[in-house]
Amino acid sequence: METIELIAGISIAVSGLTIAIGSIAPALGEARALAQALESIAQQPDMANTVTRTLFVGMAMVESTAIYCLVVSLILIFANPFWSQVVQAVGG
Amino acid sequence: MQLTPDQVVYWQWEWWTVNATLVFTWVTMLVLVGVSWLITRSLETGPDIGRGQAVLELVVLQIRDQIDEAVPESPELYVPFIGTLFLFITVSTLLGSVPGVQVVAASLSTAAALAACVFAAVPMFGVARIGLRAYLRHYVRPSPFMLPFHIIGELSRTLALAVRLFGNLMSGRVLVGILLSVAPFVFPAVLEAFGLLIGVIQAYVFAVLALVYIASGARSFERLEEADRDPVDAALP
Repeated sequence: METIELIAGISIAVSGLTIAIGSIAPALGEARALAQALESIAQQPDMANTVTRTLFVGMAMVESTAIYCLVVSLILIFANPFWSQVVQAVGG
Repeated sequence: MQLTPDQVVYWQWEWWTVNATLVFTWVTMLVLVGVSWLITRSLETGPDIGRGQAVLELVVLQIRDQIDEAVPESPELYVPFIGTLFLFITVSTLLGSVPGVQVVAASLSTAAALAACVFAAVPMFGVARIGLRAYLRHYVRPSPFMLPFHIIGELSRTLALAVRLFGNLMSGRVLVGILLSVAPFVFPAVLEAFGLLIGVIQAYVFAVLALVYIASGARSFERLEEADRDPVDAALP
């Protein structure tokens, strides 16, 4: 019984930490990218289309690290392999 | 909690499994092929064309224009492959708003399969365009020490492509699922509407990244280097 509690507690805590720490850097990066893009659009409104397109693609790439963290934390909560193993071993 | 449509199994016999991903991939393909067939059955020219034909022409021309802006080569080369990727992901995410339909692109199997298509398409387009020797020389450029980094880069960007698509679309579904249990009245509908936007943006990003990877693999460095040596040539496209 104690193993189950341990695994559940650690999984929940670590998944929270994963998404919390892992979203700091991408958030800062995206904010910088957006600020820079707004500045360029303000300076050169003719280039707005190109800037917006590049911004979308660039943001998706910056965002991917945050998405990896999200996937890891979701797996830890909803599809934890260790959890199912222990539950199976106990016979639940 | 259901994370991917892979977990919905309709029919199983020994190692044959028919899950929701498989079924709704065929539904998506049927919708795409069926609608295109219905509309292109009676194509017209001239000023008054049918509504369906106008929509299809708009979509195809828009895809063509976007590709034209992004690469220096003729866009016709890339329209079939990139356009198919974009339309498949878009239609599958838009179909997800229909009750009972699973989003196929929100499954890691589909995302990995699409990323594998891009992984295979990069050398195919590259060899077809600049030849085998020039393509293989990419890998030892600027020096043979870069060979492992090129290979790792190609593998990791394929993984990133798959996980990015899967993560973005799956997180939208999971958020709707969680909200349904917390605030089931209006918010899930708002989030679903937001999910439509996310789906189209992710399809666009996937297509553009695939295009960038393919176009960079098909670029001839010989010509670029010659242009570097001769500054007059560099001004020419």
